[in-house]
Amino acid sequence: MNDGARMNGDPVATDGDKPVVLSLRGITKRFPRVIANRDIDLDVHAGDIHVLLGENGAGKSTLIAILSGVYQPDAGSIAVAGREVRIQAPRDALALGIGTVYQHLALVPTLTVIENLMLGAPWYRLPDVTGTGTRLAELAGLLGIEVDGDAPVGGLSLGQQQQIEIIKALWHGERILILDEPTSMLTPQGVRELGKMIRRLRDAGVAVILITHKLGEACEFGERISVLKLGRLVGEIGPAELAAMSREEATRRIVHLMFGARDDAPRAAAIVADAAPGAPVLEVEGIAAAGAAGEPALADITFALRPGEVFGIAGVDGNGQKRLAEAIAGQRPIDAGDIRLDGRSIAALSIAKRQAMGLRYVTDDRLGEGTVAELSIAVNLLLKRIGEPPYWRRGIAHAATIERDAAEKVAAFDVRAPGIHTRVGTLSGGNVQKALLARELSQEPRVVIYNKPTHGLDLANATALHERIREQAEAGVAAIVISNELDELLGLCGRIGVMYRGRLRGIVENGAWAEARVGALMIGVAA
Amino acid sequence: MSVETAGGAPAAAAPASRLGGLARQTALALLPLALALAAAGLILLLFGRDPLTFYANVLKRGLFSWAGLQETLIRMAPLLLLAASLIVAFRAGIWNLGIDGQFLLAAVMVAAAGPRLVTIMPIGLALAILLVLGGLVGAAWSLIPALLRAYYGVNEIITTLMMTFIGTSLGAVLVKTVFNDPSTTVPQTQVLPMIDRLPRLFGTRIHAGLIIGLVAIVLVHLVMTRTAFGLKAQIIGFNPRAARHAGLDVPRLTVAVFAFSAGLAGLAGATEILGVFGVVQNEWNPAYGMLVIPLVFVVRFHGIASIGIVAFFAMLSIGGESASRKANLPNYFLLVVVALLLIFMALTEYLSARRRQRLETWGEG
Repeated sequence: MNDGARMNGDPVATDGDKPVVLSLRGITKRFPRVIANRDIDLDVHAGDIHVLLGENGAGKSTLIAILSGVYQPDAGSIAVAGREVRIQAPRDALALGIGTVYQHLALVPTLTVIENLMLGAPWYRLPDVTGTGTRLAELAGLLGIEVDGDAPVGGLSLGQQQQIEIIKALWHGERILILDEPTSMLTPQGVRELGKMIRRLRDAGVAVILITHKLGEACEFGERISVLKLGRLVGEIGPAELAAMSREEATRRIVHLMFGARDDAPRAAAIVADAAPGAPVLEVEGIAAAGAAGEPALADITFALRPGEVFGIAGVDGNGQKRLAEAIAGQRPIDAGDIRLDGRSIAALSIAKRQAMGLRYVTDDRLGEGTVAELSIAVNLLLKRIGEPPYWRRGIAHAATIERDAAEKVAAFDVRAPGIHTRVGTLSGGNVQKALLARELSQEPRVVIYNKPTHGLDLANATALHERIREQAEAGVAAIVISNELDELLGLCGRIGVMYRGRLRGIVENGAWAEARVGALMIGVAA
Repeated sequence: MSVETAGGAPAAAAPASRLGGLARQTALALLPLALALAAAGLILLLFGRDPLTFYANVLKRGLFSWAGLQETLIRMAPLLLLAASLIVAFRAGIWNLGIDGQFLLAAVMVAAAGPRLVTIMPIGLALAILLVLGGLVGAAWSLIPALLRAYYGVNEIITTLMMTFIGTSLGAVLVKTVFNDPSTTVPQTQVLPMIDRLPRLFGTRIHAGLIIGLVAIVLVHLVMTRTAFGLKAQIIGFNPRAARHAGLDVPRLTVAVFAFSAGLAGLAGATEILGVFGVVQNEWNPAYGMLVIPLVFVVRFHGIASIGIVAFFAMLSIGGESASRKANLPNYFLLVVVALLLIFMALTEYLSARRRQRLETWGEG
């Protein structure tokens, strides 16, 4: 079972060109509504730390699931050490020496380390405590750590528990180790220790695949970086290339791969013309708010929008963009600062009041909070106006008026569905988004916040949506567009604010060099 | 991830027709009943009793004898109000399992206040005030779980059950102490004279509580399906995050739903005292609520359909008491039938959910 490790030390390997231990060709995985992996070719080398980088939804998790035998690819082939294999179940992956450490640890806290490690043994065999202890010591030595086999797992720190998971993953042969977002629960010191461990494994010839959505981590650990985006592999930076670049150059390059143009990206025809001068319609002044779990708090955010202006908000996911949208919409309380609509403070007003005044929020979580999947299109189109006349009269629903309103909106926004009584949960993503727009853009909007408006939409729908934002702008409606598609923002917005660690790191006027300057701000470098 | 097709909506997933759906729903509700009766019949055979005789006795007493039919209809009154109470809460995704406590405490308060009130004012006014009092006591007893759930996110399943323990014990304490009628040997409240109780219908023994129950359940059905309040409550039940996003005042609505639900449970307690017992004795606690919970699940929280299942259950329990006696079985045998009903309900629910899932996956392909 350990031949993998031995094979890795193969003298054939020339420096800089280590042997390929895992090779993916044309891996494609489809789900009912999305293609999670599209024609992915990937070579993983023994003794390499190979980073797979991508945003949420880029297809990283699906790829791991395929490698660890949880999913079967719809097309493509996998070869391990030059031999084509089929990984039909997690035990096949383990037998091939492919171990995976998931983001969420799966140890039994009341059992000791050794007991946890024995859980995978066949039921008919007696527990082999001595053998398990020997192997544990062997792997602990390989990792350069000390492990007390008799300690209950529940008493260990998260970092130590992760070490046990790593040992578990290497148990059946140390050929390939997959780490899924391994730093998400570690302290900075824990991250350093993890770094040391995986470098030792690399030196022992193990191929380490590190999956992350954090840029800094990719540059810190990676010796080879592959970037996934929307299910495709959009680029790879090899060891030689990476070594030749400075940290900053590498980051820029990756930002370009992650957020830059894609072939089918909806390139906007024209930036919205300069907004009419005049009093600002929305002023956000020095606001601060608590952050989401694992995200930085918002601090000191100030900007203003004039009527008809389209203002972009760029940033790597998780830098507080969503929180900012929620704070303005009224879904989160702010701790400091003020928000004014048409000169009037709305910071203390309820969500419903802000909506009534014309402030609208098109959420990115369309099914999670934007709509009620179990209810009809007609009801969802009026979700924010329940009880208001003429749709409800003295609190009682007026079916005919509600249906007429729904029919009009469905026609005007081209929502394709069997009927207005169809449950929203059965619609495709594009149609749910159209229904959301129909709802938010009705009844005289003044300022509309779009959070990742084209995420998951196909080209035609994305283009139509951009047209809609432009149309609205010409009619004097201001918009805030939050997106991590730089191209989208560059095509729509007059100015782009960049969020970094909960702050507005800078605001860039769209024009020459805007892409580079926004990209630099996104990774925290001053423009 | 990219979307393959955005235009073509999965039309195949749409329900075939409203009528077909209704027929299926009815079949799905009746199937577990039929299976439970069949299984209970097997158990009867095992004990050497003739199931056909047993069920015939149930029908004879519960439905086909005048006295028994009246009993059945009288029993329906509190069950209908409790079903209405549960439907309000469950449709809003709020698990008010405290209706027994709300029911009992309201009953105790009404039993204590009744005899005093009828002596100082016209009977009609006194009865109206006592019904309202029952509702208010029920609603008040839900306030602590409601506020905890609304503002601190504390799971109401635990808190409402706890409040039931406290409520039933408190009720017994009150009956034995401050509300105790010293002229009797058993601890009990002062008896409300027969002439001061809820009016009987058409010279039968059936009291007006049945009308109150029927009106309440129809009203609840209309409120939950036709009004803005009902829709808002349902949205909270389906997707609390969407409710918040849409600007609904979720905490306030939660408290309102609790009060509405618990108020109906309290009203049930009031009608039972004013219509049937006129007194609370010792540690009386019929615990109807726990029996009604599975019933509203069988009809999937549908108000009108719940009238049918409540009628069936009332008939089963009235007729079953007599049939069990005749078959020389303990009264508890009815609980076996109810338990079997629950098991088969869960089974059919599971199987139909699996079937639905399969159909939807097909529809998407």
